[in-house]
Amino acid sequence: MPPRQPAGCRRYTDLSRELFLQRIALPYNRAHHRFAVFTGCVTFLLIVAGALVTSNDAGLSVPDWPTSFGSLYKIPHLVGGVRFEHTHRMIAQFVGFLTIILAIWTWRADPRRWMKYLGITALGLVIAQGVLGGLTVLFYLPPAISSAHAALAQTFFCVTVLIAVFTGRRWVEETPRTECDERRPSLFTLVLLSIFVLYVQLIFGAMFRHHGLSWWPHVLNAATVATVLSWTAIRALSQYSRIDAVRRPAITMLSLMIGQLCLGFVAFLTRVAWGHDAVQPELPMVISTVAHVAVGALLLATTAVLAVQVWRHVPVALAERVPGREGKPVAA
Amino acid sequence: MTRKIWAALFALCLLGMLAGCSKKENTNEEQGTSPTSEVKPAATSTPIDPATAASVSGTVTFGGAAPKGQKIDMSQDAACKGNNMAETIVADGGKLANVFVYVKEGVGDRTFDVPKDSVTIDQKGCQYHPHVLGVMTGQNIEIRNDDETTHNIHPTPKDNREWNESQPPKAAALEKNFAREEIMLPVKCNQHPWMKMYLNVVKTPFFAVTGADGKYEIKGLPPGDYTLAFVQEKLGEQTQKVTLAAKDSKTVDQGFKQ
Repeated sequence: MPPRQPAGCRRYTDLSRELFLQRIALPYNRAHHRFAVFTGCVTFLLIVAGALVTSNDAGLSVPDWPTSFGSLYKIPHLVGGVRFEHTHRMIAQFVGFLTIILAIWTWRADPRRWMKYLGITALGLVIAQGVLGGLTVLFYLPPAISSAHAALAQTFFCVTVLIAVFTGRRWVEETPRTECDERRPSLFTLVLLSIFVLYVQLIFGAMFRHHGLSWWPHVLNAATVATVLSWTAIRALSQYSRIDAVRRPAITMLSLMIGQLCLGFVAFLTRVAWGHDAVQPELPMVISTVAHVAVGALLLATTAVLAVQVWRHVPVALAERVPGREGKPVAA
Repeated sequence: MTRKIWAALFALCLLGMLAGCSKKENTNEEQGTSPTSEVKPAATSTPIDPATAASVSGTVTFGGAAPKGQKIDMSQDAACKGNNMAETIVADGGKLANVFVYVKEGVGDRTFDVPKDSVTIDQKGCQYHPHVLGVMTGQNIEIRNDDETTHNIHPTPKDNREWNESQPPKAAALEKNFAREEIMLPVKCNQHPWMKMYLNVVKTPFFAVTGADGKYEIKGLPPGDYTLAFVQEKLGEQTQKVTLAAKDSKTVDQGFKQ
């Protein structure tokens, strides 16, 4: 006999069942899903290209925007910093093009209203990202704008990854296996906290890379990130390891976090400890810092995926409150 | 419990942001100048009697073993075939080159005509020539590109207007000037990240840059008490006081250590 669930959780699972019945009418669109995955992959490539621009100090090697050396279509001689900056711009244009298609396709093919809005959100984000990229060139890389550009890049990447998850066969066709979460703080709260500390870390890191902040807030906050993410992963794995959709991203998140801490240490050595007097960006610094940015993006996206899977599979038990004799609410 | 954790984390993040930002905010105060301060129009220049003009000269030395030169990797651009050694500290035989020497204090309210002659920055072998340059406020700077590749010239001033312009091979020289005093204003090329030089913009003509032999000479100073500043891009600034009588020719040497 299954364990008795609290009233709030029971209501939630009833709702899940209703949603499942609605989902029967939702066909899996393989082409749409694959296109979303492709967009996510190219966006990841764009983040790597952007990190290469910053690490090679090539952000202003093309001094104009939206043109490149006065032209909208001519490809300049790709040498020195121009190689990084113009390649980044070309990939960005491609991602913008893919996002337009993805938004239109989602709007037309996906019956879920919130998915249509998510597609439009992705389009809005990519436009805002392009404008921020232009502003950072026109205003000579001000730390605030460059950091906003870096943070929005990863936000957009998360959105493309989530679109890929929401259009995937598992999400569309699978009946969610749910287990009620009665512990406090709930796993969902912990995942949201993880996203928050990762965002703070992303902003600290971006501000340091763009010379708007010292290195130590980013390094100090790494300890907070490690604590919160470990707590989240341990809770997910110890309580809900039977749910594949929760276990997989939790393990990936934990692995990426460990890798990210190692990369952060190497990046610190190559840039702050050994590289502060370098006459030009050196290869070990470029490799370690770009890898640190790339793994950071994957970590944030994985945590976002974990958040939606926890939201779906591990509903929070809501304690029902009824008025007591003294008129005060008491837990049912 | 959850509320306390949230509050503690929020406070930690806020503290980090405030502390981190405060360092950056101090930079303008440390300079002692406001980037938005208006430049007063130059008054009529005060004549100096050539019969009483004094001069000061000397040698700037580097104490201890000269640091090993840093090699530049120019493989990013096949058109770059220059001297691939960085010029951060050039100390040959203990003589320190590329030190900007100028009269920091003692000139008072005297004003000086802006020289009509331009000074030149040449981009050759994917390096700036010279590596350290002194100009007067408003003086014309001619920037040439003698390389078979495109450069961009990007000064990153604290008190002057920032700009960033590209210059293709054989393009016409760029003509620029800077309105406000600024010492060790970095100029870089974002296409070739090793290309760096320093501009020094001052209001008086009393400045010099040490050569490979570490020597400098400043001529035409009216008699008076002066503070001479010696500025090196990495080693920082050192000052010396000197009193010059009419027609004096004094020697003021300066030593730097790492």
